[in-house]
Amino acid sequence: MQLDVDIAGKAFTNAAGERHDVLARVNFSLHAGEVGVFVGPSGCGKSTMLRILAGLDRDFQGQVSRPSQARIGMVFQEPRLLPWRSVEDNVRLAAPLADEAKLKALFVELELQAHRSHFPGELSLGLARRVALARAFAVDPDFLILDEPLASLDHALAARLREQIADLVTGRPVMTLLVTHDLDDAVRLGDRLFLLSPRPARIVREVRISTPRTARSKADFDRIKADLARPGIAER
Amino acid sequence: MPLRLLSFAVFLATWWIGSLILGDAKLPAPPAVLAVATAEAKSGALFLHLGATLARVTLAFVLAMTLGSALGYLMGRVRLADRLGDPWLILLLNLPALVVIVLAYIWAGLTEVAAIAAIAINKLPTAVVTLREGARALDPALDEMAVAFAMPRARAFRHVVLPQLVPYIAAAARSGLSLVWKIVLVAELLGRPNGVGFEIGVAFQLFDIPRLLTYSLSFAAVVLLIETALVQPFELRLSRWRLRAA
Repeated sequence: MQLDVDIAGKAFTNAAGERHDVLARVNFSLHAGEVGVFVGPSGCGKSTMLRILAGLDRDFQGQVSRPSQARIGMVFQEPRLLPWRSVEDNVRLAAPLADEAKLKALFVELELQAHRSHFPGELSLGLARRVALARAFAVDPDFLILDEPLASLDHALAARLREQIADLVTGRPVMTLLVTHDLDDAVRLGDRLFLLSPRPARIVREVRISTPRTARSKADFDRIKADLARPGIAER
Repeated sequence: MPLRLLSFAVFLATWWIGSLILGDAKLPAPPAVLAVATAEAKSGALFLHLGATLARVTLAFVLAMTLGSALGYLMGRVRLADRLGDPWLILLLNLPALVVIVLAYIWAGLTEVAAIAAIAINKLPTAVVTLREGARALDPALDEMAVAFAMPRARAFRHVVLPQLVPYIAAAARSGLSLVWKIVLVAELLGRPNGVGFEIGVAFQLFDIPRLLTYSLSFAAVVLLIETALVQPFELRLSRWRLRAA
């Protein structure tokens, strides 16, 4: 299973009739078991790119080929839960094939067991984000898309959820794409980091992290982050 | 509940005082009306007429709601349908009920079909307008979620779209029910041999005010009963996911 992306460009016309280029050329491929991370300034077009890759936006120049039978699990920037369905029903509706044992394991892992029958309106943002994660993993995705899943959470919670995501991705043969502006997320979760330019976005640099996710130490994180922060690199 | 009883008591008191001021000939006191109501109920006429009207209301209401909701949803989602349907909608919205009823009786005869169709046509455009707004207000973010997770259309409609339309359907039903109730009497007055509207027509010709009040108040009571026993619990059930306002 492999994702080949060759986007030549994407523009949209706003209500005032002005044309804006959101994406420039973006070209990469991703294999099963790999976690690709897009890091870029906010507003650079990352979410637009994810929507194209998920097949939600077909109005662009270029080509995206992903296996047609690939199941997609997606975590949007906002949790996007159905407010009128319970936590459990939200997950079950997206993943009708998941059995009770599997759901239970997921709910336990994400510490959602106690909230199964709650409605999304009764949850904190952190909990709602975890439900969105549970929903994405419950479909047993071949292609997992995470759009800033940890944005606007406090540090401690973000760190815990980050570990949970790492555990969930490890050992599953899934192509994962993560968008973030947080370098901690990138170095903890990614195998390949793509640094993006400001709008219109293009890949300015690709960094491969060869140390396996589970074996990375604090020293590794610091080294990679220092490498990423080298002056002049991001602007190149 | 005590508040409701209190407001009912205020209503009765106002009526009684009004009848004392205006005189029995113009506004009979509650006991006089109650006596007529009891007599009508004993002879079975009250229930026959109430039943006939209720049956017409039910049929016309269901017909208009089903057709109107489907058309409104289509017009809210498909631009072409909106463009094509909009002039018709404006025409129907502004056509007086009386015109529709008279034309229906002329074209289809003084029949049950003509009466129910005329009532339904009067209610239809308001249902279309309300549901069209509902379909326009659907959250595209949730649509995207359903597409990303490859939900089959039927499941997405039932669990993603329909719950968002419920408040609009409820609003259309609520305003539609009162509209149908008003129009059904006109249709019955003009061309039906039974029903509350027919009885009110007779009472008007005989200037029989107790009978007039008997039939109007009985039907108001039925409407109130349907509202509290059916419509409100249903709305409550569908909106239980909303947090209670403090």
